[in-house]
Amino acid sequence: MTKTSMTVNGKAVSAETEGRTLLSAYLREGLGLTGTHIGCDTSQCGACVVHVDGKAVKSCSVFAQDVEGADVTTIEGMANADGSLGTIQQAFQDHHGLQCGFCTPGMVMSSAALLAENPTPTEAEVRHYLEGNICRCTGYHNIVKAVMAASGQAVPAE
Amino acid sequence: MHSFELVKPKTLADAVAALADGAQALSGGQTLLPTMKQRLADPGTLVSLTGIPELQGVCQGDAGIIIGGATPHAVVAREAAKYYPGLAALAGQIGDPAVRNRGTIGGSIANNDPSACYPAAVLGSGATIVTNTREIAADDYFLGMFETALEEGEIVTAVKFPVPQKAAYAKFVQPASRFALVGAFVAQFADGVRVAITGASNNGVFRWPEAEAALSASFTPEALKGLTLPADDMIADLHGSAEYRAHLCGVMTKRAVMAAG
Repeated sequence: MTKTSMTVNGKAVSAETEGRTLLSAYLREGLGLTGTHIGCDTSQCGACVVHVDGKAVKSCSVFAQDVEGADVTTIEGMANADGSLGTIQQAFQDHHGLQCGFCTPGMVMSSAALLAENPTPTEAEVRHYLEGNICRCTGYHNIVKAVMAASGQAVPAE
Repeated sequence: MHSFELVKPKTLADAVAALADGAQALSGGQTLLPTMKQRLADPGTLVSLTGIPELQGVCQGDAGIIIGGATPHAVVAREAAKYYPGLAALAGQIGDPAVRNRGTIGGSIANNDPSACYPAAVLGSGATIVTNTREIAADDYFLGMFETALEEGEIVTAVKFPVPQKAAYAKFVQPASRFALVGAFVAQFADGVRVAITGASNNGVFRWPEAEAALSASFTPEALKGLTLPADDMIADLHGSAEYRAHLCGVMTKRAVMAAG
């Protein structure tokens, strides 16, 4: 075991790791940040998406030691400073962009990465960008509405 | 996953030294990590190549563009667009956005998955694979499914692409994995057309000489009329039969020609 340090949601943190410790396990088990969900563990479902140095990655497919020193943002870092929901989170609530909520942390993190790259995406761009995030409940329509709303654009009709 | 030690050198020289005693190179890990989770790989030591500045980036060279071996797909999609739009478009279709932020060109072609996208661009462009010891022409590099000309411990440091007059990639996506069920890359150069097909053959990426000859005479979808590939050596699985893949080779090559304009 070795001590691995990075910055997570603006705070300097460290936890014990092995070479094989995944970033998802580092966050959940090392730091107790269980908002990052592990769905498939094969990099297909996107529930574990976090940002590493501003880029969306699947934390189940990155070794913690490989991103030592990085600036990581997780779903726990998406709320406002006063604890209220961030813009994207609030839009997911307003537009019922979740049912069971399991995929939601990854959906929010991927949506945030999209809006950072492309602040006013088209509906088609939203759907295309979220292709690596799987939701088994919503049928995606309300998720797309939430992202469009979070970008300040008109929400697609039913 | 089996236990291993991870080392992360900061220079190519240190990476080469670390790989000398049978360690395994780790680039973006988007294939290697899933493989290790299934305990299909047990490397002992992994040498991460993602912290080496000299393996990163896209730049213009004397005879085309040069892409560092550990450059992620998302960077190629963004930064190669002004030099070689057909290549950038291919990079932008690999996996999904999160995978493209980690997966690298060197990792893709060192693995040589028979359904990966990059081998089609590298072979279809007649690119040159640069390693820490030599340069290898694409035609001599891809040797079969998951097999390349790389020696043990050899690192893909860069890929040099000549830029064609026109090029495009058409991919029939296998929707669960986002790999190519069949993908065709066509590139028109002053001295002829190259066509490379991925996803179809049990031997991995391959060139289609009859299509190249037909398209060199006339770079139109109609020129491919009547051309077929035998199904003998095609991949057959639950996603598609060998005959279906052989058929898709023609369809995707036509679509690539149309997309190239």
